[in-house]
Amino acid sequence: MTLLTVEDVHKRYGREEVLKGVSLTLNRGETKVVIGPSGTGKSTLLRCVNRLTEPDSGRIWLENVEVTSAKTDINHIRAQIGFVFQDFNLFTHLTALDNVRLGLVSVKKLPKKEATDRAMAELERVGLRHKAKAYPAQLSGGQQQRVSIARALAMDPKLILFDEPTSALDPELIGEVLAVMIRLAEEGMTMIVVTHEMGFARSVADEIVFMEGGVIVEHGPPDRLFRSPEKPRTAEFLRRISELYGQEGR
Amino acid sequence: MFPSPSFPLTAETWLRVGPYIPVLLRGLGVNIQILLGLIALGFVVGILIALLEVYAPRPLAFVGSAYAWFFRGVPEIVLLFLFYFGLSRTFNIPVSPFLAAVLALGLRSSAYQAQIFRGALLSIPHGQMMAARALGLGPVRAIFHVILPQALRLSLAGWSNEFSSVLKDTTLAWGIGVVEVMRQAAYIRGRDFPLTLPIYLTVAFMFLVLTYAGNWAIGAVEKRLRVPGLETRR
Amino acid sequence: MNLVFDWAWLPRLSQGLVLTLELTALCMGLGAVFGALLGLVRVYSGGKFSPLYWLASGYVHFFRGTPLLVQLLTIYFGLPTVGIALSPFWAGLVAMTLNTAAYQAEYFRGAIQSVKAGQMMAARSLGMTRVQAIRHVILPQALRLVIPPWSNELIYMLKYSSIVSLTRLDAGTMDLFGAGRWIQSRTFRYFEVYIIVALFYLALVLILTLVLRWVEGRVRIPGLGTPRRSV
Ligand SMILES: Nc1ncnc2c1ncn2[C@@H]1O[C@H](COP(=O)(O)OP(=O)(O)O)[C@@H](O)[C@H]1O
Ligand SMILES: [Mg+2]
Repeated sequence: MTLLTVEDVHKRYGREEVLKGVSLTLNRGETKVVIGPSGTGKSTLLRCVNRLTEPDSGRIWLENVEVTSAKTDINHIRAQIGFVFQDFNLFTHLTALDNVRLGLVSVKKLPKKEATDRAMAELERVGLRHKAKAYPAQLSGGQQQRVSIARALAMDPKLILFDEPTSALDPELIGEVLAVMIRLAEEGMTMIVVTHEMGFARSVADEIVFMEGGVIVEHGPPDRLFRSPEKPRTAEFLRRISELYGQEGR
Repeated sequence: MFPSPSFPLTAETWLRVGPYIPVLLRGLGVNIQILLGLIALGFVVGILIALLEVYAPRPLAFVGSAYAWFFRGVPEIVLLFLFYFGLSRTFNIPVSPFLAAVLALGLRSSAYQAQIFRGALLSIPHGQMMAARALGLGPVRAIFHVILPQALRLSLAGWSNEFSSVLKDTTLAWGIGVVEVMRQAAYIRGRDFPLTLPIYLTVAFMFLVLTYAGNWAIGAVEKRLRVPGLETRR
Repeated sequence: MNLVFDWAWLPRLSQGLVLTLELTALCMGLGAVFGALLGLVRVYSGGKFSPLYWLASGYVHFFRGTPLLVQLLTIYFGLPTVGIALSPFWAGLVAMTLNTAAYQAEYFRGAIQSVKAGQMMAARSLGMTRVQAIRHVILPQALRLVIPPWSNELIYMLKYSSIVSLTRLDAGTMDLFGAGRWIQSRTFRYFEVYIIVALFYLALVLILTLVLRWVEGRVRIPGLGTPRRSV
C-alpha cells in the first residue's frame, strides 16, 4: 500500500540547513500537494526523493527498495520516478516526439518502432500528437510542459514528482497543464505536486503538506487544512496566498 | 634526413641554456618593438576603417570593408612576403625587413581592430549621438568626444584577444629575415646543436609569460577604466 | 616596372591549393577529436582535484600561450635531438593539430558549458547515466553550438597552414604559399606571385565561409544557439 517513505531527511547547503528532518509517506494512487513560501526547501525535498540532490542523512524507500542505499542502482530508481520541472527542461535539440522517445530507447532499451508508438500514444494523451515534429522552441510554455509530462509518463513511472509545474507559465496557459494533471490524478497516478494553485490542491489533493523553514509544519486533508489550520503559521500563509491569488486560489 | 642523435634533456643541458638567455631576450626585445609598432599602426588605421564603415557614405564605407576583408583573408606570412619582397624587390622601395614586418602585421591587425571597434561603435545607443548633437556638437566632435571614448572602453575585451594573437604573430617576421627571437634561436641552434630543444622550449616559455602578463595588464586597465553602466553585453 | 603574370604558374598553384586543403582538413579533423576530448576532460573530470583536469588545462594553456611557429620549429628542429625526426610535412601536421586541438578544446568547453544545467538534470531524472546524458543530450547540443567558433578556427587554420614550408620547402610542404615561394625562386616575380597567392587564399576563405554558413543553417535547430547576424 505504501509506495514511498521519506524518513528524517536532512540537507544543508554550506552553512544553511535547507531540510531539517522531513518525513512523509505516500500511498499508491495518492496525490499529495506540497505548499509553502519560496526558499523553504520544497524543490530540494523533491530532488532528494530521486537523489538528483544527494540528501545528507535520512532514508528513503520506494516500495521495498531503499533509494538512499549505496548499493541501489539509482538510475533504475529514477526510471521509475517521473520528474516534471518548473521550467520544463525539454531537450532543446529534440522534437517533441524524440523528447518523449529518448528515455524509452536509451534507458528502457525499447526497439525503435515500439518506442515511437508508445511516445505517440503519450503525446496523444496530453493532446499534442499533432505537435510531434515540433521543437520545444516552437511550442508554447503550456505545450512544452505537457510534452514534459508525456516524457515522464512514457517511462511508466510508479510516481511522478511535479515541481511548480505551472509557475513559469502565462496565466492563460496554466489551465491546459492543470487539466492534464487532474486527469492523471483521477486515473490513479501517484503524485507529489509542489504548487501554489490552491484550486487544484483543493480539488485533487488527498493531503496537503505545508512546509516552512525546512520542516513540515502541518499536514492533513484539504478540507480540514484549508478550513481550520492548526498552526498559526499555516493560517498566515493561507491568508497571504488568498490575498495574492483571490479567495478561491487559482 | 636528420642523423637523429640523442641529447636527453638533463639538468646539465638546461644549465647550458643560461648563458644564451640574454641573447634570446635581446631577440625578444625586437619582437616587442614589432608588437608595439604594429599595434599602434593597427590602432590608428583600425579606428579610421571602423569610422568609415559605420559613419561614411556608402562607397567609402565599402572601400573600408573591402580593405578589412582583404587583410583578414590573407595569411600573415603571405602579407609579410608581399610587403617585404614585393616592395623591396619588385618596386625597388628600400624597406627593411623590420619595417615591412610592422607594416604587414600592422595593417593586418588594423582589419581585426576595425572589427572590434566597429562592434563597439554599433553597440553605443543611438541616443548618445543625438544627445551630443542636441548640445550643438558637430558630427565629428560628437564622435570624438562622446562616441569614441565609450567605444574604446568597450573594445578592451576584444582587444586583449587581438593582443595575444599579434604577439605570437611577431615570430613570423623570422620568415623575412628580421633578427628577432626565432632568428637568435636559429643562431644558437647552429652553434650548439644539442641545445636546440631546450632553446626552443625556453622561447616558448618566454611567450607564455608575455601572453599571460599582457592579458593580465589589459584586464587591469579594463578594470581601471570601467564606468558603471557601460558594459559589453555578453 | 612592369607586372608579369603567367598562366604557367597555375598548375603548381593548384597543386599547392590541394595540399593546403588537405593540411587544413587533416588538422581540423584530428584536432576536433582531440580537442573534444580535452574539452570533455576539462568540464567533467572533477575540476581542481583531478590530475586529468590539470593535465588538460596545462596543455591548453601551453599551446594557446605560445606561437604556432615556435611549436613547429620545436617539433621539426628540437625533437630530432632527442631522437624523434619528422619530415617537414609531418612536423607541420603534428604542430597544427596539437595547436588547433588546444583552441578547439576551449570552444568545446564553452559550448558544453553553455548547455543549460537543467538539460543534464532532466536526462538524469529519466534514469540516464552521466555518460548517456552526455552522449544523448549534452554533446548533440554542444556540437551544434560549437559550429560558429569552429568555423572561425577552420578559416584561421586554413590561413595558418601557410607556415608549414618555413621549416623546409620540399614536395611535402609545397602548399599554396610554398608553391608561391617555389615559383618566385625561379621567376623572381615577387609581388605578382604573392598577390596571386593572396587572391587564392581570399577565394578559399570566401568559399569555405559560405559553405560553413550553409552547413550551420542546415543543422540549425529552432531555439538552440543564436542566429548569426547577417552582414
Ligand atoms: N544547488 C544549491 N546550492 C546552494 N543552495 C541551494 C541550492 N539549491 C537550493 N538552495 C537553497 O536552498 C534553499 C531552499 O531552496 P528550494 O528547495 O529551491 O526552495 P523552494 O523550492 O521551497 O523555493 C534556498 O535558500 C536556496 O537558495
Ligand atoms: Mg522551488
